[in-house]
Amino acid sequence: MGRFKKEGKKDVPELNMGSMSDIIFMFLFFFMVITTMRESSLFVVIQIPKATEVQKLEKKALVSSINIGRPNQNHIKRLGPEPRIQLNDQFAEYTDIIEFVEAEKQRRNELDRTMITWSLKVDEKVKMGIVTDVKQELRKASAFKVNYATRKDITK
Amino acid sequence: MAKKTPGLNTGSMADISFLLLTFFLLTSSINTDQGIQRRLPPPLQENQEVPKMNQRNVLRILVNMHDQLLVNGEVLSDVRQLKNITKDFIANPTEDPHRSEKQSKYIDDLGENAMVSKGVVSLQNDRSTSYAMYMAVQNQLTLAFSELRQEYSQQRFGKSYDKLTETQKKGIQKIYPISISEAEPSNYGGKK
Repeated sequence: MGRFKKEGKKDVPELNMGSMSDIIFMFLFFFMVITTMRESSLFVVIQIPKATEVQKLEKKALVSSINIGRPNQNHIKRLGPEPRIQLNDQFAEYTDIIEFVEAEKQRRNELDRTMITWSLKVDEKVKMGIVTDVKQELRKASAFKVNYATRKDITK
Repeated sequence: MAKKTPGLNTGSMADISFLLLTFFLLTSSINTDQGIQRRLPPPLQENQEVPKMNQRNVLRILVNMHDQLLVNGEVLSDVRQLKNITKDFIANPTEDPHRSEKQSKYIDDLGENAMVSKGVVSLQNDRSTSYAMYMAVQNQLTLAFSELRQEYSQQRFGKSYDKLTETQKKGIQKIYPISISEAEPSNYGGKK
């Protein structure tokens, strides 16, 4: 019994807790960044077309998106496979565009209102009909600055 | 006996990590949108007259419901040929009477006269044209205009267009404006 006698008191070295705060802060910042950047979730499937002549949009705050594509798996049963327009967090018809433009203009301060870029994020398989309808409504709402979202085509 | 290693001073570790953190916070931009930018024309007034244009000044591009191209009455099999056709039409280096006319204009940004084409690209698509095809055409047109600007810049200033000053860029944009007119789409593809 006496064989397992206690060895002389070996100290367990103390853990250095100094860097714990840094780790925690890193986590904090990480989640802060992730949560603010989250876009409104898409209800439509969009694969934007490729192009070589792409330009970057400068001010992210002055961009409003209009999404057009087939409804995704959660909605396709209810709505069918026809392409739909999504504005912010809901499905819309092209007749809702004018209202949407007004609402988006109200959100910005007065000087920026004419500077808003309307980014059309359209699936490449969508037919032009619905896109044309949207463009006509944008013209009526005097939203002239349009961006057709594309991916950079690396293979030239 | 081994020497006891002295404890590392980790006090400044926090500063370093914060520095790194702020650096990446400032430099990174999470997926900025990119794409092809266009300006839509204001809506047509009821009694507005459509300006008459000389036939030679219009490059008519039609895209049908099967994504086929017709340029000034001729079938184009590959969309990639469109760039050179557009460039030749606008620049018209050989003064071809079937291509666009040019006119001397005073460009105030450059403080000199330059030959500006009267040519307009008229683009008409069907309601059943695919968006991918439409964007391919737009991409070719953008490419044509940016190459024309680039060439002018090399010729006039001996520099790349990107390296010019803002006023010089503005001047060149006036010489080669992106003159694309989009007609109302046809509707042979059937349903609205």
